[in-house]
Amino acid sequence: MRLDLLKTLNEERKARRAAILVTDMASGEQRLVKGADIAADPLADLLDQALRAGKSRSAEHDGKQLFLTVQAPPVRIFCIGAVHISQALAPMAKLTGFDLTVIDPRTAFATPERFPDAPVLADWPQNVLPGLGLDQYTGVCLLTHDPKIDDPALIAALKAECFYIGALGSRKTHAKRVERMMAEGFGEDALKRIHAPIGLDIGSVSPAEIAVSVLGEIIAALRKKPLRVEKAA
Amino acid sequence: MLASDDDILIKAQDWKAAGKGVAIATVVETWGSAPRPVGSHLVIDEDGNFLGSVSGGCVEGEVVSEATDVIADGKARTLEFGVADETAWRVGLSCGGRIRVFVERVD
Repeated sequence: MRLDLLKTLNEERKARRAAILVTDMASGEQRLVKGADIAADPLADLLDQALRAGKSRSAEHDGKQLFLTVQAPPVRIFCIGAVHISQALAPMAKLTGFDLTVIDPRTAFATPERFPDAPVLADWPQNVLPGLGLDQYTGVCLLTHDPKIDDPALIAALKAECFYIGALGSRKTHAKRVERMMAEGFGEDALKRIHAPIGLDIGSVSPAEIAVSVLGEIIAALRKKPLRVEKAA
Repeated sequence: MLASDDDILIKAQDWKAAGKGVAIATVVETWGSAPRPVGSHLVIDEDGNFLGSVSGGCVEGEVVSEATDVIADGKARTLEFGVADETAWRVGLSCGGRIRVFVERVD
């Protein structure tokens, strides 16, 4: 591997940006495709599939045997609301391999005792999210029912094009939320990306069951739909 | 603590920056119950120091010794390990799987 490719690979990883190293197994020739450049690449479909699966693999193109070293940033989940559902979601997310953090300014809820499996930030989303670098490999669950706490996180998540945004609340509650976001200047396409009511429709009743439906929805958003192609810088 | 793939490739860059010859080994194919997934890395420096794993310990020794040759002559090569054919594979995987490992020098 050329040292400049290795350096770029490490830089992209540090910046939480996707990249794929393409190696021609016969000649040993290599090139690096950054996430933002995948759409314009001759191997776009192949690279997009590999990135979506998040796994390195062999591939064939034009009779050439290739190896794709896929580097996808680790997925992070931010739960707004140190509530029951978050308590169930935290250990499940950990098992799944997602990096989950709970954010809630209500210090009575946001305690480490209630969340042995995840870091808890007892602060307002608008205070902590700017420093956390939301991106397309980040999912956000809005679980407080309180617009004062949920809305600033929703605005940040929409702007950062997070791969998953889920919001708790009835259809009526969500209609009001959509109105508030339109007043903030978001268009219909952006607002369609909010999963509300949150979670897959599996008839969940208990907080743990709702957490299962939310986790399933997060996995589907990550693996099933085409990743939003990273915009060229 | 287990080294993540992050640490592994950064270590390769650090070793190179320190003026060492460095090789990167990558699992490119697996059959059966291979212990480490495709894409796993092992990095090796010219003194035989290494970080990461391609098989969970079964064939690392052989990969490290091949890597020393790769660092010396600069020719990338693909190694195969498994239990199916004693003559083709010098080092076996205890789990019964087979793996193919691509070893290349950092230039």
